[in-house]
Amino acid sequence: MILKGKTWKFGNDINTDEIIPAKYLVSVDPKVLGENCMDGITPGFSKKIAFGNIIVGGKNFGCGSSREHAPLAIKGCGISCVIADSFARIFYRNSINIGLPIFECPEAAKSIEEGDEVEVDASTGLIRNLTKNKKYQAKPMPAFMQELIGAGGLMKWVVKKNG
Amino acid sequence: MGYTITEKILMAHTDRKSISPGDLVDCKVDLCLGNDITAPIAISEFEKAGAGKVFDNKKIALVPDHFSPAKDIKSAEQLKVLREFAKKHSIKYYYEIGCMGIEHALLPEEGLTVPGDLIIGADSHTCTYGAVGAFSTGVGSTDLAAVFIRGRIWFKVPESIKFIYTGKLNKWVGGKDLILYTIGDIGVDGALYKAMEFTGDAIERLPMDDRFAMCNMAIEAGGKNGIIGADDTTLKYVKETTKKSKKKWKIYKSDKDAQYCEVKEYDVSKLEPMVSLPPLPSNAKPVSQVKNVKIDQSVIGSCTNGRISDLRMAAKVLKGKKVHKDVRCIIFPATQAVYLQAMDEGLLEIFVRSGCAVSTPTCGPCLGGHMGILAAGERSIATTNRNFTGRMGHLKSEVYLSNPAVAAASAIKGKIAHPEEVI
Repeated sequence: MILKGKTWKFGNDINTDEIIPAKYLVSVDPKVLGENCMDGITPGFSKKIAFGNIIVGGKNFGCGSSREHAPLAIKGCGISCVIADSFARIFYRNSINIGLPIFECPEAAKSIEEGDEVEVDASTGLIRNLTKNKKYQAKPMPAFMQELIGAGGLMKWVVKKNG
Repeated sequence: MGYTITEKILMAHTDRKSISPGDLVDCKVDLCLGNDITAPIAISEFEKAGAGKVFDNKKIALVPDHFSPAKDIKSAEQLKVLREFAKKHSIKYYYEIGCMGIEHALLPEEGLTVPGDLIIGADSHTCTYGAVGAFSTGVGSTDLAAVFIRGRIWFKVPESIKFIYTGKLNKWVGGKDLILYTIGDIGVDGALYKAMEFTGDAIERLPMDDRFAMCNMAIEAGGKNGIIGADDTTLKYVKETTKKSKKKWKIYKSDKDAQYCEVKEYDVSKLEPMVSLPPLPSNAKPVSQVKNVKIDQSVIGSCTNGRISDLRMAAKVLKGKKVHKDVRCIIFPATQAVYLQAMDEGLLEIFVRSGCAVSTPTCGPCLGGHMGILAAGERSIATTNRNFTGRMGHLKSEVYLSNPAVAAASAIKGKIAHPEEVI
């Protein structure tokens, strides 16, 4: 799967309160959450972006609360994937579980500037910066996590495993 | 090669004979937890998967504590989802308002978290239960849904960081100050994906409530879990709390030759009460260095500091004094049992007479849910665990984190203050 889009850059330690403030946690609808994505740091974010755009974060992206509403909001507003220097662990698990592609790549997180056009090969983790004509390689996902993604997310994997 | 306590507990919940950091392991779960924000998604995923019944209705706890008592119609609907699921599946540990408390104070008090257990919860502060010597960590809703079905969960075995605290703590300094100081030292991602093992003579002398406050905030350093090996203090606590639950426990200790990726040693004998400035828990400073910071609100409570010793500490400062005329001081006993005990000890009267509002247990203000939301330009000191931008309300509001004595002293002075300034 190839993901391609314009990038939006965020700094270090972007927390889940910034991604989706608690006042929106009265909904579990990805569309509603998506409309308010990044409201705690960039109000109006969902109106600025186009479908397929990519978020680029710094270190510890998605830290804080365990709210799965955070990756759901990112996916729900049409972002195709997140590239970051590193991810907070609950956000990492949640993203894989709900099928939001994420790529850990310090080099890309540093080099990509807001607005750059980026293309990601989700199966290999190869990231191409079309604006800067550069390539970066994301850390490969462990085989087990690839199995989860291949099955279509954690719940599909569970259903398959339990027969 | 020896094992750390975290590795031992994880291994004991698999069929494996050996384990190493980095291994992916599928573990049996002793207890799983969801609340009114995270469980509705888990319930919906559980139902979408076509699962007929839960793996074990005596190993699931559902605590409606975040937007409860319902703050609006939408949150009432979410609470209803939880209630109906609990009824349908005869979930043993569902707590309705009146019995409900803040989850991470309530479950240990009910004797449901014991040494050696493996506990997961769809709430990031699930790491709190490491204080009793359990492996305990936060996950998301879909992970919880999978545990509802399988009773198992996959983990990457974490590397461990050993923290050694030595020295006698000063008056007004406790677990909250130790953890704020630690996060200040290593940063909000200083323990990313890692186990934080708290040891040393200062920890050995630390009462349970302070240990809970420390392990509670392991997540604020990115930690997978915080853990303190069970000792006499722990055993005294669990012997009492498990009288009702009848839960059995098993004690694990780190081997002398266990491997740590890092060892941090702190002499804490000169530590002052700490305050974390916005917008990150890692912006920790001794209270004496935080000068002329006026506050509009003081929040005392939460899963970090809403236990009885926290309230005693606040009451000691507030007794016979008045909250500053420009400050709203709101006190949240974490559970009904804490509330009752505070009433028996006369603490509630001290609070009310000094001009504080006392609330029923809820997570409300900590996450900017309800019961104490800040307007633009307002500032709160809080004994909670996060001071992210907009955490307690408007994006232009601020939260400073501290222990209960500092929050109480600040409520009296109208600005951030050391307890000695008002005593």
